Amino acid sequence: MSWWETLRTGLGGVRTHRLRSALTVLGILIGIAAVILTVGLGEGAQAQVSSEITALGTNLLTISPGSSTSTAGIRGGFGTASTLTMADVSALSSRTVAPDIRAVAPITSAAESLTAGSSNWTTTVQGSTPTWLTVRGRSLAQGRFIDNQDVTDHGAVAVLGATTASELFSRSDPLGQSVTVGGVPLTVIGVLTSTGSSSSGSTNQDDLMVIPITTGAERIFGGTSRNSLSSIIVQARSGPDLTAAYQEADHELLALHGITQAANADFTITSSQSLLSTATSVDRTLTILLGGVAGISLLVGGIGVMNIMLVSVTERIREIGLRKALGATPRLIRRQFLVEASVLGLIGGALGALLGIIGAKFLPGVVGNPITISGPATALALLVALCIGVVFGVYPASRAAHLAPIDALRSE
Amino acid sequence: MSGRRDHDSPAEPAQAPVIELEGVTKVYRTGAIAVAALRGVSLSIAPGEYVAVVGPSGSGKSTLMHILGCLDTPTSGTYRLAGEQVSAMSEGALAEVRNRRIGFVFQQFNLLASLSAWQNVELPLAYAGVHRAERRDLAMAALGRVGLASRVHHRPGELSGGQQQRVAVARALVTEPDLILADEPTGNLDSVSAGDVLSLMDELHEAGRTLVLITHDVGVASASGRVLGIHDGLVTENDDRYLEHVR
Repeated sequence: MSWWETLRTGLGGVRTHRLRSALTVLGILIGIAAVILTVGLGEGAQAQVSSEITALGTNLLTISPGSSTSTAGIRGGFGTASTLTMADVSALSSRTVAPDIRAVAPITSAAESLTAGSSNWTTTVQGSTPTWLTVRGRSLAQGRFIDNQDVTDHGAVAVLGATTASELFSRSDPLGQSVTVGGVPLTVIGVLTSTGSSSSGSTNQDDLMVIPITTGAERIFGGTSRNSLSSIIVQARSGPDLTAAYQEADHELLALHGITQAANADFTITSSQSLLSTATSVDRTLTILLGGVAGISLLVGGIGVMNIMLVSVTERIREIGLRKALGATPRLIRRQFLVEASVLGLIGGALGALLGIIGAKFLPGVVGNPITISGPATALALLVALCIGVVFGVYPASRAAHLAPIDALRSE
Repeated sequence: MSGRRDHDSPAEPAQAPVIELEGVTKVYRTGAIAVAALRGVSLSIAPGEYVAVVGPSGSGKSTLMHILGCLDTPTSGTYRLAGEQVSAMSEGALAEVRNRRIGFVFQQFNLLASLSAWQNVELPLAYAGVHRAERRDLAMAALGRVGLASRVHHRPGELSGGQQQRVAVARALVTEPDLILADEPTGNLDSVSAGDVLSLMDELHEAGRTLVLITHDVGVASASGRVLGIHDGLVTENDDRYLEHVR
């Protein structure tokens, strides 16, 4: 009896016991769909985070004031000290000091309330230089970005993020309009292209205003930290140069600040890559956790297959006896039951994958998170479903195969 | 099929016997208790014979049937089926022998409810590895032979008991086996259907088939050409004593 014949017999067995087959398939179906959806959800979150971090710019180092290393003594915490100045920026901009650094952008930033006509909006105001645009990897939708003349002149100009622009000037053209920040009127000279960033709050790259760093320091932020920077963004020439750029920046700043021991550094350098790996590793842990829970439900589905197949063997003991009397070898009987179990697993897997893909289409609208369905993962889920059928079918099938034909025939 | 034989010329004394049992015993063990169901059975059945094995329940009749049908192996003694030594074969080899050499007719019919009449009949051919198209033709021919040509697509549930048993007979003869083994074939049938099935058996006998019919019913046994009695695990030839006793 060929495999094809056995497959037909197995399919016949599945078709004959429709309700039972459907219930068994349901167990596998739910398991597979759960695995595909949870893994897709995790991967979606991971992709979202990494795209948002990449949107900040690639090959970047962020230098923040203050130390993140803990040694004895009192020091300002990470990001709180005011140890970075424009002198650091000009030093790092030097080709001879730091040949692997392409561009440097100083950043001062604060949350400020903006007013334009009758509407107001609170957003992040960043003071920077023209290099901000290249370092951030952004472009303009309208108008122009701040130039060196604006920086030199402490110009009262501002460039808005797409979201900020639409919040302040819902319908009208923002170019040439006036925005008031802390009593200082600024003229809008440009609007940034939207990044499509979906998150809200401080990580939204479309909700911000950029002004010349000098304007910010002298006329808006004020205070004691007038000459200090919130951070310095350093762009390396390329990905592989990032390490060299890191060392150059570290070395130069230590020398400039007169610090001999690296452990006593009053600044911290982080790379966008390290941020990315931290963020994605958190998401990956979550994915594994959720996927594990879904995997357990798949295991339960597999045990369901075994249970049903065992019941099936007991219920069809006469059929097995008859088939043996008619010349079915133990091998063929085992094969028949294995095929039935794998067909159940495969049907469950296919329907589960289908449900998962449909769920991935509609669920993001409900839960608000993107779901990424990957082809290989779906294929793997199908393979797993088939394996579950085979693995959990082996024991019932060998029980069927080893029934003595007379005992099987005798049973009523 | 390699095992198919030419049955056109019935019983000739010179031909090798289909069944040869020599000192066959069968002992069942349940814990410490051993029950001897067969206590040294020797018999020989020639090709084309129609033999009835008659005995009351508990006589070892079923055990003999299981051994003759290669569904079970003897504890000791030898069994040659169509010249082939089958007493010490593996389970897989026995399955192949059953498929090739024996056609079964059971009291309970044992048809698969989910399959139509012709699909039930082609089942042993499928296990023999016969091609699909050929299987269908052979199954149709066998059903025609038992007078069910108009019922080939019916499921067992749509057929009467007598018709079901005729499907089972068709299934038993479709592989052209050396031996047709019928275990109480009329046990579940009304007298009219039983008569039908028995006359079908007669036809098969006339066509040169070797038939062994196992029954407790003397009326059924009398249709055969040779009656073997079985009592307490021993077989006796032409058991008039038993026939007398039952009458």
